[in-house]
Amino acid sequence: MDVLTDNFSTFGDGFLGTVELTVYASLLALALGFVMASFRVAPVGSLRVFGAVWVAVLRNTPLTLLFFAVLLGLPRFGLVLPFEVFAVLALGCYTSAFICEALRSGINTVPTGQGEAARSLGMTFSQTLSGVVLPQAFRSVISPVGSTLIALAKNSAIAGAFSVTELLGTYKTLNELGYSIIWTFVWIALGYLIITLAISAVFNILEKRWGVAR
Amino acid sequence: MLRTTRLFAALVLTALATAACGKEGSPPVKGPAAGKLPKYQVDEGFQLPESGTWRKAKSRGRFVVGAKEDQPYLGEKDPASGRYSGFDIEIAKMVSASLGLDPGKISFKTVASANRETALQNGQIDYYVGTYTINDLRKKLVGFAGPYYMAGQGLLVRHDEDDIKGPQDLGGKRVCSAAGSTPYQRIKEDYPKATLVAYDTYSVCVDNLLTYQVDAVTTDDAILIGYAAKVPDELKLVGKPFSEEPYGVGVPRGDNALRFAVDDALAAREKNGDWTKAYEATLGLSGVPAPKPPAIDRYPAS
Amino acid sequence: MTTTATATAPVPVPGPEATALYDIPGPRTRRRHLIYGILSTVLIVALVGWILYLLFDTDQFTATKWTPFEYKGIQELLLRGLGNTLKAFAIAAVLSLALGALLATGRLSEHRVVRWVATLVVEFFRAMPVLVMIFFVFVALKVQPLPALVAGLTLYNGSVLAEVFRSGVNSVERGQREAAYALGMRKTQVMSYVLVPQAARAMLPAIISQLVVALKDTSLGYLITYEEFLHAGKLIASNLDYDLPFIPVVMVISPIYIGMCMLLSWFAYWVSKRQRRSPKTEAVDVAPAEPGTLLPGGGPPRAPGP
Repeated sequence: MDVLTDNFSTFGDGFLGTVELTVYASLLALALGFVMASFRVAPVGSLRVFGAVWVAVLRNTPLTLLFFAVLLGLPRFGLVLPFEVFAVLALGCYTSAFICEALRSGINTVPTGQGEAARSLGMTFSQTLSGVVLPQAFRSVISPVGSTLIALAKNSAIAGAFSVTELLGTYKTLNELGYSIIWTFVWIALGYLIITLAISAVFNILEKRWGVAR
Repeated sequence: MLRTTRLFAALVLTALATAACGKEGSPPVKGPAAGKLPKYQVDEGFQLPESGTWRKAKSRGRFVVGAKEDQPYLGEKDPASGRYSGFDIEIAKMVSASLGLDPGKISFKTVASANRETALQNGQIDYYVGTYTINDLRKKLVGFAGPYYMAGQGLLVRHDEDDIKGPQDLGGKRVCSAAGSTPYQRIKEDYPKATLVAYDTYSVCVDNLLTYQVDAVTTDDAILIGYAAKVPDELKLVGKPFSEEPYGVGVPRGDNALRFAVDDALAAREKNGDWTKAYEATLGLSGVPAPKPPAIDRYPAS
Repeated sequence: MTTTATATAPVPVPGPEATALYDIPGPRTRRRHLIYGILSTVLIVALVGWILYLLFDTDQFTATKWTPFEYKGIQELLLRGLGNTLKAFAIAAVLSLALGALLATGRLSEHRVVRWVATLVVEFFRAMPVLVMIFFVFVALKVQPLPALVAGLTLYNGSVLAEVFRSGVNSVERGQREAAYALGMRKTQVMSYVLVPQAARAMLPAIISQLVVALKDTSLGYLITYEEFLHAGKLIASNLDYDLPFIPVVMVISPIYIGMCMLLSWFAYWVSKRQRRSPKTEAVDVAPAEPGTLLPGGGPPRAPGP
């Protein structure tokens, strides 16, 4: 029990580290995923190929390898950034592939007739997109994006092993200080549960508010 | 789809083909070749029946020793041959010889710093030699023979560096260390004017030092001496060590018989000159002369 | 860095898709798209060129960085690492399937307590990061790297597979079950003769996709010093003698990793495509499992495992 009370700041730092990592990486993943999804549905062939390659490569890359390549490889290009930034980059790029697929299948769920109807009413491309297609796509995309972001939060644990301050990494400090390792892990597990439950609560609310009735 | 598969099959085949006709031996190595390593006289008649670890090793015919694999001239594994070499490895060998088992037969195992205690507690290794600093906290978990070397945090700089003579000169300089390590924390707290750069491995720090991206590398001087030995014309250590890190041989906590036997072994090897010879053949290549070995701490069994 | 080997992907073909977004383009639009196409191709080529330039500029193709790979010892080190990766994968895959079957049986049990325990186990392990479990087994239970890695992978993937199995069995058309019961079969018989055989075929793609996750996750062994593929790469990459060939190592290792995963992903895709035509699986429709979602009724796209 005193593992938590004695080391509240260590756990707190770790917890905040994981939260920050998750938030920034999520933003990057959503932005990149959106760009890649629009590439993948674009009428331009080369962009579609680029998007497809991006998704295929990143989905089939072990995240540990990606961390290895980004955190240890990029500095060899003379690009030296704080480990936290590299970790956000690796996590964000990796997750963007999954976000992209979720968004793309969301767009594909909108029946072609909707777009045709919009255009026959004389709507322009941007009107069709923002007024008809995206609102409908958004609804069916909430829940898969939610589970992708939960997976991101869980995957952020890998960053701890690459010297980024985050929740799982706290075990090293506490182990060195001689605290009960079992209890340390109980609290770490609880921390992850809080984060994943919080994300799923947010997406549950979104889903209730805007989701498609199933 | 089919093209991907074919391409992949082709890749695998080429990989296998190249694997089948690789060059023998190890890729070329920088730095001086390890000097003439001393041969350690095996104490054939040695007996230590009180020690469970020793009995097990004896019936096995060899010791299983935990070590590091990424510290040149200290504890390094040649990726191609899988052989370990360095000062720590020599210490492990002389201990084995004194305990009556052929040092040539030792099977070395890489054990990461975080797992040293567990590896000893579970009996995965018989003893551990790898920049293992003795402290009271760890004494609760494992036993320590030695110390066999007194390390301390030091500074590695380029040979032509004249500005940095000690940690007090680090203000405004770029200093590299392993992220989150004790040396890193010490610089951060005691010398806040230094600009810290962190990497996962010291070899990257050293490379950055050689390419003028950082001005100094800091960690235990023993590790730094090992790197300096790689390129003795380009790197040097400066200043006095600003911490004390007594390196010990880790043994299972309960096995006091083994601990005292290793203490005796180290004392004997220091006396008969094997210790100095081992140092000169490894870390000594850096040009740093052999220090006097620290006094052995035979703390009582508890 | 690794785009060349993977130009054609098992992700659905990048052809113009019929979406709600566009009409079939007319001649002017087609001309405009052509211009966009040329522009973006130029940009992409420029990007690739820039990366190549950086590779050369930072001396990634020097002899010192690449000669180590010519040596037998180094190749054997890498192959041994690859072998260890595949070994961990094989053991974890078999054990995960077994654990998944066990947990699914528990969740489908008629005894409430068994059902609750199984549900609790499945939900807990799906919500935990795999790495936390691996580290827990490795550090707290003081286990060797390989068993720790396998244990972590088994707990996680077993729990996810349990959900795949359960939803597979549940999604067999209700009439099948009812007919079987009406014939006087007992529950075990209904399960083993009617439901499981039909579910198994339909579940195969989802199972294989989960195995891809397990294969990718074996690389977590690197973090607990299991001497797998990435570990072998790191040993070579961080060697000062070879001029720290991090980039060359990544260029050698990642096509093999990505290739293996793609092959397995592609196999899952092929199986599912074949099944869509097979009359044997008509009674079932299995959505792939979502690792770790706590959402009610999540949608189909797969969430990433590490």
